[in-house]
Amino acid sequence: MSQAKTEFLERSKTFWNPGKTQDWIDMGVDLVIDRREGYHLYDMDGRRLIDLHLNGGTYNLGHRHPELVEVLKAGTERFDMGNHHFPALARTALAEALQAVAPGPNFKYTAYGSGGGEAIDIALKTARHAAQKKKIVSIVKAYHGHTGLAVKTGDDRFSKLFLSEDAQGEFVQVPFNDLNAMEDALRGRDVAAVIMETIPATYGFPMPEVGYLPAVKKLCEKYDAFYIADEVQTGLMRTGEMWGCTKYGVEPDIMVTGKGISGGMYPIACVLISERCGGWLSEDGFGHISTMGGAELGCIVAMKTLEIIQRPEVRTMVQYIGDYLRAGLDDIMVQFPDFFIGIRQHGVIMGLEFNHEQGAKPVMKHLYENGVWAIFSTLDPRVLQFKPGLLLSQADAEDVLRRVAIAVELARDEVMGSRRRTY
Amino acid sequence: MDQALYNSLVDISDSPAARAGKADLMLDRARWAATVFDRYDRAATMAIVDAVAEAAHAMAGEMATKAVEETGFGVAEHKKLKNELTARPLVEHYRDQDFVNSRIDDARKIVEIPRPAGVIFALTPSTNPVATLNYKILLAMMTRNAIVISPHPAARAVSIEAATALARAAEAAGAPSGAIQILETPSIPLVEAFMTSPKTNVILATGGTPMVRAAYSSSNPAIGVGPGNAPVFVDATADIGAAAQAIVASKSFDNSILCTNESVLITVPEVENQLRMALKSAGAYLCTDEETAALRRFLFHPRGFNVEAIGRDATWIAQECNIRVPANTRILVTPITQIGVEERLSKEKLCPVLALHVAKTRTQALSQARAVLRLTGAGHSAAIHARDEAVIMDYAALVEAYRVVVNAPCSQGAAGFATNLAPTFTIGTGFFGRSSIGENVGPQHLVHWTRIAYNADRKVPFGNFQGVGRAFRGQLPTAPADGVPGTAPPRFAAPTPAPSAASSLDAATKDELRRLIAAELRDLLRK
Repeated sequence: MSQAKTEFLERSKTFWNPGKTQDWIDMGVDLVIDRREGYHLYDMDGRRLIDLHLNGGTYNLGHRHPELVEVLKAGTERFDMGNHHFPALARTALAEALQAVAPGPNFKYTAYGSGGGEAIDIALKTARHAAQKKKIVSIVKAYHGHTGLAVKTGDDRFSKLFLSEDAQGEFVQVPFNDLNAMEDALRGRDVAAVIMETIPATYGFPMPEVGYLPAVKKLCEKYDAFYIADEVQTGLMRTGEMWGCTKYGVEPDIMVTGKGISGGMYPIACVLISERCGGWLSEDGFGHISTMGGAELGCIVAMKTLEIIQRPEVRTMVQYIGDYLRAGLDDIMVQFPDFFIGIRQHGVIMGLEFNHEQGAKPVMKHLYENGVWAIFSTLDPRVLQFKPGLLLSQADAEDVLRRVAIAVELARDEVMGSRRRTY
Repeated sequence: MDQALYNSLVDISDSPAARAGKADLMLDRARWAATVFDRYDRAATMAIVDAVAEAAHAMAGEMATKAVEETGFGVAEHKKLKNELTARPLVEHYRDQDFVNSRIDDARKIVEIPRPAGVIFALTPSTNPVATLNYKILLAMMTRNAIVISPHPAARAVSIEAATALARAAEAAGAPSGAIQILETPSIPLVEAFMTSPKTNVILATGGTPMVRAAYSSSNPAIGVGPGNAPVFVDATADIGAAAQAIVASKSFDNSILCTNESVLITVPEVENQLRMALKSAGAYLCTDEETAALRRFLFHPRGFNVEAIGRDATWIAQECNIRVPANTRILVTPITQIGVEERLSKEKLCPVLALHVAKTRTQALSQARAVLRLTGAGHSAAIHARDEAVIMDYAALVEAYRVVVNAPCSQGAAGFATNLAPTFTIGTGFFGRSSIGENVGPQHLVHWTRIAYNADRKVPFGNFQGVGRAFRGQLPTAPADGVPGTAPPRFAAPTPAPSAASSLDAATKDELRRLIAAELRDLLRK
C-alpha cells in the first residue's frame, strides 16, 4: 500500500467512517476507488479491477457511460434539480417514459425519491393509503433500504442498532419460498402490502421457486393486500427483460426502481404506481414532498438510461454475457466440486455459492487481489454476488473467468487446505 | 420506442458520444457473435452459408425491383441476375475451400489454423446495393465472422430489408444472434465512428473514393477499392463481330453500373469501320461530333459526373441530350480523339456511354490504354479482344490493371461472372490503385492463419496432427433463469454437442445447383 493511501485511509477513519474503513482493511480489501471507466475501477494506487459489484446494478451500463455523461452535461445547460412543488418538464417526461415500459397496463403514475430507501417508503405509504391498512409483510433477510419504513421491512441487523425496529407488530416477516407462511401472514386481511425483492439480492440471490411469486400475488389478491415489487436490483434488463417480475409472470400493484435508473450519474429512484393505488396523488398531491426526489437532472439521465437499455442490441448482449459466463463458471465448478457448490442465476443476476459459512469472503478477497471486484452477500456470506454489467465486452468476460478460476482455487485452499490438483 | 419522448428535452443524438455509443453497442454485440461463431464446425458453418444463400436467391427479384425503385439506378432484370449470382454460385465457387479446419503441410512441417477476422465493418454502395450486401454477408458467414453492414443512404431501405432477411435466415440456421447487423441510420460521422473504433477488426470498403480513403485513414485494417475506368482494346486480330457483341452486352448490362464496365474502347484503323458496323448491329448508336459534345456537357458537370445519369438507359440519356436514337438502342458510342485530362469522356462513366478512340497503331493503342487508367481507375480492370497471345500478353503487362478480361464482357468478366475469376463485388485495385489487395476479394481475405512451425532440421520429426483438431463446441448452451418455468435446470458442464449436422445439401441437390448455376452463367454470356 502506498504511503498516500495509508494516509488517506487514516483520514477516512478520522473524518468519515472509522468502522467501515477498518472493516474493509480487515477483510483484505484496501480498495479506494479513484478513476473509473466502463466496467473498470482503478484503485488510488493504480490497480485495475473489473467491476462485478456495480453497486447492485447502479453501474449496469458501466461507469461514466459516455452518453450519460454527455446528456448530464447537456442537461445542465437548461436544468437543475427543479422545484418539487410544481409541475416539471423532466419529471413528467420520465414518468411518461416509465409508464410506457411499466410491467403492466394498470400503471399510471410515477412518484420520485432521491434514493431507493426513500422510494420504498413512498411505496409503503402509498399502499397503506390505498388499502387503509398498516401492516406490511416482507421476507426474512429482505433488504429494502435504511429509511424509516424501509428499514423495518428488513433484517434487524440494520434496525436494532438504531432502536428503529418495529415495535407495533406492523411489520411481519416470512421465509422466502414459503407459501404457507405467506398465507398465514395474510389470512387476517389486515395487511396493506407484501413487499418482495423479485430475487433477494443482499440475501445472496436465492431464486424464487417455480410458481412462488405468482402464487404470492394470488394470495395478495385473495386477502386484499397489494403487491409491491422491489425491482431495484432485478429491473432494467438484468434478467434479460425490462423487469424481473415480468419474467416470473407477476404484475405488481406498485413497483420501485432505483440504482441503475440513475445511470450511476445522478441520484434518483422511482415508484411506479397503478391507478388503483394512486389515490393520494389526487386526494392530496402535497402529501409526500421531496426536494431532491425526481431532481430534473436525474430525470434527464434516467430517460437516457431507459433509452439505452431498450436498444435491441442490449437484449442480445445480456443473453451472451449470461450464457457465456455460466458456461465458464460451470467449467470452474467442476474443478472444485467440494468448495464451489452452486450457481444461482437469472440473466446477469448471479450468486456463486461456496461450501463454507463465510466462503464468499475469501473468494472476494482473492478476486480482489486478482483484479476483480465482486462482493459477498451481507445476509448470506456463503454466496458471492456476481453481477456483470449489461454491456460487458467479450474480452472482459473472458478475463473475468480466468481470474475467477484462479481466485476460487486460492480461496478453496485457504478455507479447506490445499490439495493435489488432479487432471 | 418513441425516440421523440426520450429526446424531447435534451437531445444528444448528434453528439460524438452518441455516435460512439451506437458504434460500441453494435460492435460489441458483433464481437460476442464472432466469439460464439468461432466455436462452430464446418458443417454448422456451411449450413448457415447455404441458408443465407437460399434466402438471397429467393428474394433476388424482389430486391432487384426495390433497389431500382429506390435508387433509380440500373435494370431490375439485370440486378436480379446479379443478386442471384452473389447467392448460390458464389457459395459454389468456394464450396471446396475450408476456412474452418486446420490444414497440415507435412512437407514443410507446418500446421495452419484458420483465425477469423472477428468483426467486419462493411460499406455497401447504392449502385449494386443488394448484390454487394449478399456477397459481403456470405463471405463473412463462410469465414465465421460477424459483419455490420453500413448501406449507402440512397439504398438504405432495400439494404435494410435485405440484410434483415438474411440475418433472420442465418439465425434460423443456427448463426449467433448479431452475426449479421445493419446500421439503419448511416451518416458520414456515424460511419467514421464505426471505422475508427478499435472494436472493428477490418473494414470492407466498397463505395466512393472519399469513403475508401477514409477507411484507409481509420487506423484499422481496411480492404478498400478504387474506382474503375476500364479500357477495352479491340485488336486487328479480334473476331470483330463477337467483340462488338460482348462490348455492347457488357456496357448495357445493368446500364453499366458495375465499376468493371468498359469505359473507353480503343481500336486501330485497320478494323475501325468493321467495328463501327458491328457495334451498330449489336445495338449501339454512334454519335456525331455534335451529339458527343452534348453528351460531354450532360455527363460531366464542373463538380464531377452527373449522378442523374448513373445507371440510366441509353435512350433516356439520349433524350436528355436531344439525340434522336432508335428505340432499341442499348448503348451510346462517342468517338473521341484525345485521351487524358482534356477529354472528360475518357473518364469513368457508370452509364451506357462508351468512348471510342482510334489509335494510329497498336503501339499507340497500348499507350492510350495506359493513359486511360492513369486518368482514373488504376489497378482496376481492362479488357482486350484479340486472337494473338503475344498482343494479349503485351497489353496485360502494360496496362496498370490487375485483371484483363479477354474476349468476354468486362462488366461481368472482371467481376468473375463470365470468366473463371473469383466472383466478387469488391475488386481489389492493389498497389496501383492504393489498395491492400490486388485480386478479387474473397473469403480468404477475411481469415488469417496461425501457423504451427516445426524445426526445419530433418532430424527433428514433425508431429502427427491427423485427427488432432480444435473442439468445436458450437452454440453456447442457454443459461437457466432460475425459478422461471421451462428454463433449463441448473447443470454442470457437460460436453455440449456441436449444433452441426451434415451439410444440408445432399449430392443430388448439389448437382442440381451446379446445373442451375451453369445455366445462369450461360444466359449471362449470351446477353
